[in-house]
Amino acid sequence: MLEDAKMLTFARTALKNLFSRPATVGYPYEPAKFPQRMRGHIEIQTENCIRCGLCMRSCPPGAIRVDKAAGTWTINRFDCIQCGSCAGACPKKCLSLVPGYTEPDYQKKEEVFYLPEKAPAAKPAQTAAKPAETAVSP
Amino acid sequence: MAKRSIIPFGPQHPVLPEPVHLDLVLEDETVVGAIPSIGYIHRGLEKLVEKKDFKQYVYVAERVCGICSCGHGMGYCEAVEQVMEIEVPARARYLRTIWMEMSRVHSHLLWLGLLADAMGFESLFMESWRLREKILDMFDATTGGRIIFSVNCVGGTLKDMDRDMLAGICRAADEIEQEIHPVMETFLRDYSVQSRLKGLGVLKKDDAVLLGAVGPMLRASGEAYDVRMLGYEAYGDLDVEPVTAQDGDCYSRCRVRLYEILQSLRLIRQAAEKIPDGEIAVPVKGNPKGEYFARIEQPRGEAIYYVKGNGTKNLDRFRLRTPTTSNIPPMVELLKGCQLADVPLIILTIDPCISCTER
Repeated sequence: MLEDAKMLTFARTALKNLFSRPATVGYPYEPAKFPQRMRGHIEIQTENCIRCGLCMRSCPPGAIRVDKAAGTWTINRFDCIQCGSCAGACPKKCLSLVPGYTEPDYQKKEEVFYLPEKAPAAKPAQTAAKPAETAVSP
Repeated sequence: MAKRSIIPFGPQHPVLPEPVHLDLVLEDETVVGAIPSIGYIHRGLEKLVEKKDFKQYVYVAERVCGICSCGHGMGYCEAVEQVMEIEVPARARYLRTIWMEMSRVHSHLLWLGLLADAMGFESLFMESWRLREKILDMFDATTGGRIIFSVNCVGGTLKDMDRDMLAGICRAADEIEQEIHPVMETFLRDYSVQSRLKGLGVLKKDDAVLLGAVGPMLRASGEAYDVRMLGYEAYGDLDVEPVTAQDGDCYSRCRVRLYEILQSLRLIRQAAEKIPDGEIAVPVKGNPKGEYFARIEQPRGEAIYYVKGNGTKNLDRFRLRTPTTSNIPPMVELLKGCQLADVPLIILTIDPCISCTER
């Protein structure tokens, strides 16, 4: 039944692998390389946004909220599935998917961007106050 | 007659990546019956079709399963396109075919690694997954994702591949073809692998057809049935021949998957050579009204996508019959008469995907 079977068929490859360089990247000591097309996270150029709300309507998990009156564009990065639907729907092309993962956190947070007409600063600000370091406990 | 006892198997078991539970009826060490039960990972994704726009649902469909994600998105899109009578551009059909075949290679390499792991052959497991990384890297470069691709849309594809990317995929295919030889030699000729797989869990051709087996499980029993022969997407322009084996045992199922990897690499190169220029998507207007059954060959076997639209942006019904659903009845038959120690290996050789099955 096992007449054509051979012994130690894999020994050569196993020995070669033992003495060759690792196939993996030594992350975090070596930086991770991301391809150009990587769908990492959504970025917004607030100066071009016209508050149309198409991104909010096209988002499958409902991670984006556009408040026209308050002039804010809010994203919950923990709900975002990086599908790129919003970037495709945006008429002004101010949304784009860029490489690089968002940082992990121990609490779901929303990131709020203020659109230029309401506030000059386009810097992101956190709505949920960051808990003190001492609050981190297993 | 030996005393009968029932041993619970799963849903958590070291050899199983997915939660399936079996009540094994044993006489001494021999299995005389197996009662499967699922329901540990149901997410209600089919129901979600009533809440989401039919275009948004592509992203939900491809999240049914991590390994078959490309096929699920594609199968759903194809069903909706048929309902709406949309003619998908030729380039998009070729792109979908290339991604689908890459998906088959990565699924089979993943399975081979799991099989080696189930036998305790750790170095072979690692080597299979090392090869799989090349395909995942190409997915990352061409689609932007390693597991979830989000490239299919109703009417075509969202992303195109330039000449460099196609050349990169062909280069990765060549490398894998070259480097897979020691892995193939080990799975097919090694004494320890053969003694573990040969003659185990034999499914005869007639039983396989009668019990509704699909995919490599059916082809390993000698039935040359492959849905790609129907010529959907670009398969009509490519040379697709079902890979078959005759014995129907665990070894044959492993053999079929190994040769299917080589077949897929060949198809990728063929498609990359023949791909025409042109548009990658057509604009979609209106909402789907009507119903359609689409069939595609997933890495694990034939999957069926049923779509029923009512003329609004939300579909009435989406139904997905996955390959594992069809392969569970033959698996239960295979288990009858085997030894308790062989149960994990037999379950593994059907390549179960319970996440797909429960949706």
